[in-house]
Amino acid sequence: MIEVQHLTKRYGRITAVDDVSFRVERGEILGFLGPNGAGKTTTMRILTGYMPATDGKAIVAGFDVFDQPVEAKRRTGYLPESPPLYPDMSVVEYLDFVARIKAVPSNERRQRVKDVMARTRIDDMANRLTGKLSKGYKQRVGLAQALIHNPDVLILDEPTAGLDPKQIIETRQLIKQLAGDHTIILSTHILPEVSQTCQRVVIINQGHVVAVDTPDNLTARLRGTDTLYVQVDSAGSDATAALTRVPGVTRVAESDRRDGAVGYEVDSERGRDVRRDLARAVVSSGWGLLELRPLRLSLEEAFLAVTKEDMPAAAADSAAPEGGTVQ
Amino acid sequence: MSNIIAIARKELKAYFASPIAYIVIGFWALLYGWFFVFILNIFVRQSMQMGQFGMGPQSVNVNQQMIRPLLQNVTILVLFLMPMVTMRTYAEEKRSGTIELLLTSPVTDFQIIIGKFLGAMALYGVMLAVTLIHIAILFKYGQPEWKPIATMYLGLVLLGGTFISLGLFISSLTKNQIVAGMVTFAVFLLLWIVTWVGSAWGSTAERVTQHLSIIEPLDDFAKGVLDLSHLVYYVSFITFGLFLTAKSVDSERWRG
Repeated sequence: MIEVQHLTKRYGRITAVDDVSFRVERGEILGFLGPNGAGKTTTMRILTGYMPATDGKAIVAGFDVFDQPVEAKRRTGYLPESPPLYPDMSVVEYLDFVARIKAVPSNERRQRVKDVMARTRIDDMANRLTGKLSKGYKQRVGLAQALIHNPDVLILDEPTAGLDPKQIIETRQLIKQLAGDHTIILSTHILPEVSQTCQRVVIINQGHVVAVDTPDNLTARLRGTDTLYVQVDSAGSDATAALTRVPGVTRVAESDRRDGAVGYEVDSERGRDVRRDLARAVVSSGWGLLELRPLRLSLEEAFLAVTKEDMPAAAADSAAPEGGTVQ
Repeated sequence: MSNIIAIARKELKAYFASPIAYIVIGFWALLYGWFFVFILNIFVRQSMQMGQFGMGPQSVNVNQQMIRPLLQNVTILVLFLMPMVTMRTYAEEKRSGTIELLLTSPVTDFQIIIGKFLGAMALYGVMLAVTLIHIAILFKYGQPEWKPIATMYLGLVLLGGTFISLGLFISSLTKNQIVAGMVTFAVFLLLWIVTWVGSAWGSTAERVTQHLSIIEPLDDFAKGVLDLSHLVYYVSFITFGLFLTAKSVDSERWRG
């Protein structure tokens, strides 16, 4: 559905996007992940026909965005980083205008406006001026605008930026519902978003694609050993040694200590589940078992690891700061 | 075509959704009325004097003595008010990011530019319509000829068109509508007074600047003379302004 081949964009001497290639299949949600200034927005702007690439090719819904821009744009819905609203227009007026310029047939226009307002749940704001809406509603009007002509491809630049947690969850659910009918590219620098909504991730850093994979594979690929987090209380000083004696455990390290409770990070051989033995060992020693959970390498750490591959000076071992940041 | 109309409609609505349309039309109506009363007074005094000299009121021509000077003065108002009409057209879209919506929609740059041009022209049309009230009063109490009035209005429409096309171009160069407005005003003023410099520099310069002047041809329109070269001048000026706008929008794309 979307094919990007060797895309390069230079602004004068600065190269914002350098030889980026990837594909998105029909109905897929692709996460576009990268730190600020990595070239996400530039890539999206090229895909939507907002700006031309210096080099390379982008095909959206079967049309080259540079050679047949009008055809490609007709099949693309785009939500820029800040929703492109006219503050003096009401929500209905605005969506009606967008429907007109997006070539929605005039006899369907009214119905389409109604449909997208229901879908993005903004009907109660229909006659409010878009300039007076809260950030969350503005974002939803922006999403409604991108959906109005029922495009094959949806390109969303940080759709959840600036929303409150409840709105973020709602928006993610909406995006998930839209997949299937629509092919979606979603950019973000929030990692949980990618693991929750996307089937595949493209990680981009300094204009280069550094990884393309599923969120699960990406975390698994970078994880050498399986790690568990164990928190116990009233444990003696021999606890580390006692835990190390559990069969399969390769390393035990104390990670935190709070109000008498001590947390340990326990590494085990790959593919061997030591949780039962570990629990038994704790209980039989007479300690209280407060917590026992797997510590997965979060996408955040995976992300830091792959973006650091470019900079060999920074050792990969520092790429595992706080565990469990992915909710 | 429907895209052009959609954008023109949006532009016109935007003028009336913000205070701009009301301020522009309000000032225009007030100042136009002021000029009207002022020139009417002069005209009435003149015809009374003519009457005293026994030449009868018919010897003063309403078109020549009243409407022509009136509409010439009105062109000054166009100069002052037009930057307010055009300054936001592109600058505001660029500042607020709505330009991203337009440029990623299945419309061509040409359609956007013509749409914006027609939207501004529509507002200008409303302004001109207001002035017809005064002309109607003259028709009620006198017998002016309608043909020179028609050509004069055609001239005014063309003059407005040139200003708008140029203003559109200047607005497309910046994100700041105040800057756009100031520069537009300065350029208009320069085109206005270019003949002054010309007349000081001798006959060749005078001829050149007269051809450049944006108001010089208007006098012929006011006399009721439809000169093809004037029409060509204004139409090519408008086309050139829109062409520059298109180039500016396109180059903005490449620079990002």
